[in-house]
Amino acid sequence: MITNHKYLFILIILILSACASRTDPEGLIPPDSKEYINNTGSDTMVNLALAWAEQYQQINPQSILSVSGGGSGTGIASLINKTTDIANASRKIKSIEIDNALSNGIEPIEFVVARDAIAIVVNPNNPVDNLTLQQLSDIYSGKINNWKEIGGEDRPIVRLSRETNSGTHVYFLEQVLRLGVKEDKTLFSTNTLLLPSSEVIGAEIRNNPNAIGYDGLGYVTPDMKVIAVTASQEEGPEFIYPSAETVNDGTYPIARDLYMYTAGQPKGSIKEYIEWIHSLEAQLIVTQLGFVPINAP
Amino acid sequence: MKLPTIKSESLITGIIKITGYSAIIFVGLILYFLLSEGLPALTEVPFTEFFKTRWYPIEDYFGILPMLVGSFIVTVGALIIAVPIGLLTAIYISEVASRRTKEFLKPLVELLGGFPSVVLGFLGLLILSQYLRQILNLPTGLSALTGALILAGIAIPAIVSISEDALDAVPKSYRDASLALGATEWQTIWWVTLPAAKSGVLTAIMLGIGRAIGETMVVLMVTGNAPMMPTGLATFFNPTRTMTATIATEMGEVANGSTHYHVLFFIGIVLFIIALIVNVTASTFVFRRKKRSERILS
Repeated sequence: MITNHKYLFILIILILSACASRTDPEGLIPPDSKEYINNTGSDTMVNLALAWAEQYQQINPQSILSVSGGGSGTGIASLINKTTDIANASRKIKSIEIDNALSNGIEPIEFVVARDAIAIVVNPNNPVDNLTLQQLSDIYSGKINNWKEIGGEDRPIVRLSRETNSGTHVYFLEQVLRLGVKEDKTLFSTNTLLLPSSEVIGAEIRNNPNAIGYDGLGYVTPDMKVIAVTASQEEGPEFIYPSAETVNDGTYPIARDLYMYTAGQPKGSIKEYIEWIHSLEAQLIVTQLGFVPINAP
Repeated sequence: MKLPTIKSESLITGIIKITGYSAIIFVGLILYFLLSEGLPALTEVPFTEFFKTRWYPIEDYFGILPMLVGSFIVTVGALIIAVPIGLLTAIYISEVASRRTKEFLKPLVELLGGFPSVVLGFLGLLILSQYLRQILNLPTGLSALTGALILAGIAIPAIVSISEDALDAVPKSYRDASLALGATEWQTIWWVTLPAAKSGVLTAIMLGIGRAIGETMVVLMVTGNAPMMPTGLATFFNPTRTMTATIATEMGEVANGSTHYHVLFFIGIVLFIIALIVNVTASTFVFRRKKRSERILS
């Protein structure tokens, strides 16, 4: 029947038109030489990874990078599940994650790509300027509950934190809450708000005078107040504000390395990308985004 | 004599049969997947662990009680606000409002129901939580109360549109008979029309419950996600953490097949069972056999 042929014809045309390439409309680059790199993980690093990817794609148009966040834990899990090429992490990979990776046939290789400071932020109207690490640990574990106990107004303390999948959260747990002691089992107090992103933390800090929070230095906006921190317990210590200088000379106590992990030693396009990240050009982007560049390799 | 079969008829019947069965098959497959990924949690974690009060999965604390309570508080709070308002709005639109007002209000309510929940969550985070904190002098506006209010805002349009249809479907003869016997307008609405539309109204409320308990984005942004156990009446004004928000945030970071992964699916099974109980309870009300008197009258 004539009707059958007409519908078949339309169907064939639709299928053929769906086969056109979208990423290379001028057809200049032969399809086989495109290099796809999948980069996922830390939300702290996602803006940095995006800036790197955009810059790299401009100088290397045959590379296609896809960047996404989800948290350091998510990135490492993706690396273990073989759904990503490079995992961004704002914390070191845990030994249990290394075991999981090895049992899945993957050997995670670590690269330090930048450095970061964790800034402690409060509402701009909060009179408190300085805190010791011990005080921070007591605040977040629930021992100190009112601002007046640390020299502020008579207000309850509202603790803000990132979610458990965040590398920033894990780093804060190990280095601040537990003061770096591995055997310590202190946990965040149960009424710590686990907020899904830096923007939500920022919104609450700006509006709520009771709040205290922590986040990477690159996410601190001028309308938040940063607290100066010291690690020492002595009388009259010097409180340090976070900045690129204090991170690199080691005086700011809550500083960390930012990592990229690959499955096994990287080869080909992934190797070139990671080498480019260690170059001066890429580290300039690090400074522009508010992070701390690694010292020249 | 056998009737001649028309080919297109049997083809269409076949297609309809397949789509009908496929709905059952999809639900069955989802249930199978849930069970196969969630039940291993029962073997990997001692059952009593689930009833502890601490949820901190990256260090193997798997107590889901705080989230059960959180989901419960937020849903019940939303319903306490949404059911009276929704029902009264539906009564107003269908029974009391003039024709012009009705034509204006009904599409407006539908529009409210069409709002993506993320937008409402965002508004709740930036605006509602700050107001609540200042007005009620709370430590933080990110609390169960804010979550319940926004969930009520999401459930109300669902309740209103279905209840309004149910009330509209009550035969005019019921109202006329009641008014003819000397009842006032309100007595007619409350004692005659509403009971007659009972099954539809209950369906509307069940739909509202379903939307509230399954809502993820709003509670993720607005309740603070703190897994706290209840401490008396103040719990409503404290931050809380729901099961849906837990699954949404943590599912991305779990390694496939790890204990945490299985526990998250187990929480999904718990949610499924709760939804099942709510629906079965509703069905027994809705599909009850009509009393002899009702069959005669209608």
